[in-house]
Amino acid sequence: MTTHAVRINGASKVFNPGKANAVQALVEIDLDIEPGEFVTLIGPSGCGKSTLLRLVASLIEPTTGAILVNGKSAEQARRDQDYGMAFQRAGLFDWRSVSKNIELPLELMGWKREDRHRRAREMLELVKLDEFVDHHPAELSGGMQQRVAIARSLSFSPSLLLMDEPFGALDEMTREHMQDELLRIWSETKTTVVFVTHSIPEAVYLSTRVVVMSPRPGRIASIIEVDLGDRNEITREQTAFFEKITQVREALRAVEAHRVDEP
Amino acid sequence: MIRQVVVFVVFLVLLGFGYTGYKAFGQAIDDRQTDWPAVGSVLPRTDDLNMPPVLDILGEFGETPGGTDKIFARLLFDEAAFTLREAAVGFTVGVLVGLAIAILLARSRRLEQGLLPYVIASQTIPLIAIAPIVIVWSRKNFDFLPWDWKDWMSVAIIATFLTFFPVAVNGLRGLQSPRPENMELMESYAATWGQTLWRLRLPASVPYLFAAFKIAATASIVGAIVGEISAGVGGGLGRRILLEAQRYTTGPERLYAAVIGSALLGIFVFLIITLVERLVLGRQGREAVT
Repeated sequence: MTTHAVRINGASKVFNPGKANAVQALVEIDLDIEPGEFVTLIGPSGCGKSTLLRLVASLIEPTTGAILVNGKSAEQARRDQDYGMAFQRAGLFDWRSVSKNIELPLELMGWKREDRHRRAREMLELVKLDEFVDHHPAELSGGMQQRVAIARSLSFSPSLLLMDEPFGALDEMTREHMQDELLRIWSETKTTVVFVTHSIPEAVYLSTRVVVMSPRPGRIASIIEVDLGDRNEITREQTAFFEKITQVREALRAVEAHRVDEP
Repeated sequence: MIRQVVVFVVFLVLLGFGYTGYKAFGQAIDDRQTDWPAVGSVLPRTDDLNMPPVLDILGEFGETPGGTDKIFARLLFDEAAFTLREAAVGFTVGVLVGLAIAILLARSRRLEQGLLPYVIASQTIPLIAIAPIVIVWSRKNFDFLPWDWKDWMSVAIIATFLTFFPVAVNGLRGLQSPRPENMELMESYAATWGQTLWRLRLPASVPYLFAAFKIAATASIVGAIVGEISAGVGGGLGRRILLEAQRYTTGPERLYAAVIGSALLGIFVFLIITLVERLVLGRQGREAVT
């Protein structure tokens, strides 16, 4: 039996439990993710998709239920550095050079200096920024900063990559370019990716599975398999691509309609 | 930088002209024996005792006061060096103490709530009141140290009292300045509090610290001078100011010159910090905070 990359079993999350401002963020989430998958969480704001990602990252604790990453508790997986994480803001440390930013997790893990340098170079080649090794983040564009952040999250070869709207702040052209870069890196590194977005085309273009979530309280409304083969510029103009977009959009609309029906 | 210096000098010259102009105006009123009560009741009197001429003040730097063979500028320079030593020690100790307090308060929310009011309250104690206590207390209680305790060291402690505060308050702000996603990133690496402090919080607080250093450096000069005056320590600018105040009627321009000398020392330390700030932040491509 193979181990699931991520196994979410009846996970619920209540913020401020027992208080007047208690919020039921997630209810009874079940989701299994296989190694090598690219799973996107999509849904309207307030559906708890970022919360779900943070549960997997063990940055917050579930109120009930269990989350396993690589067959261990999420907390143990965090301690073992089983996952890398990228956020909507690149969040680079502006006092560190590009190379030093990528080396940060390696420093914390006690890598030797030469090994860190070598790995940082390799990662910069992977995200095609090798000429910017000694630059500081302030000298890079938003897209380049985000690529450095992705390089940083992958520098210690985690088996799982958690991404919280990493391209949300980028313009459309850069965004599409970054999507292709990410897919290339994904196929080269065989990393499992859990990706949060609110862009339907982005979700369809990137994923092997799209998880549609509904808000208040957050739950999984439907899961849509996407099989479009290798992605490239042509994929974006294919009928199959648009059909999937329509399918995801209708699933999201059903979610919205359901919400209007609520008393 | 050069433009700022030019603007500063131009402003100084204008100030000198304004001073001289007002003095000439007041003098003219006096000469005509007109009764214009504003001068001398609301506005300051303009005679040479109250407002020594600018050129006399500047000329005083080159004069040789009685009882010495050195010119006044040289005397002031030596005294400034003495005061600077006290201030530098006070600044250094103050920075270390301030940083320690900031880290302690950043460590726990409860400590911040419990201790911050006392840190702030410490600054409401008048420096002049504690200065003699520090001097007397230090003479009696630091006899266990391997070196002889000198009064200038007590003055350094008094300067510390002014310098630790801006460092503690701004340092705390700086330590709390990292964005949530940066804190989450460190958490995702399962980084310890110490690792997060060293690699994220402290570097993030550097611009805040430099802003504090600028305030602390000038405050350390003020603290040293006030400490010298209220403790009666000989050798520094404080003693000089006290002396010239006592013999003001026979040479008001000397007190003015001594005050200008103190101001120059304050500007000097401010510029040094600004220079280091530019070097450090510039190399990292960062902006200063104000």
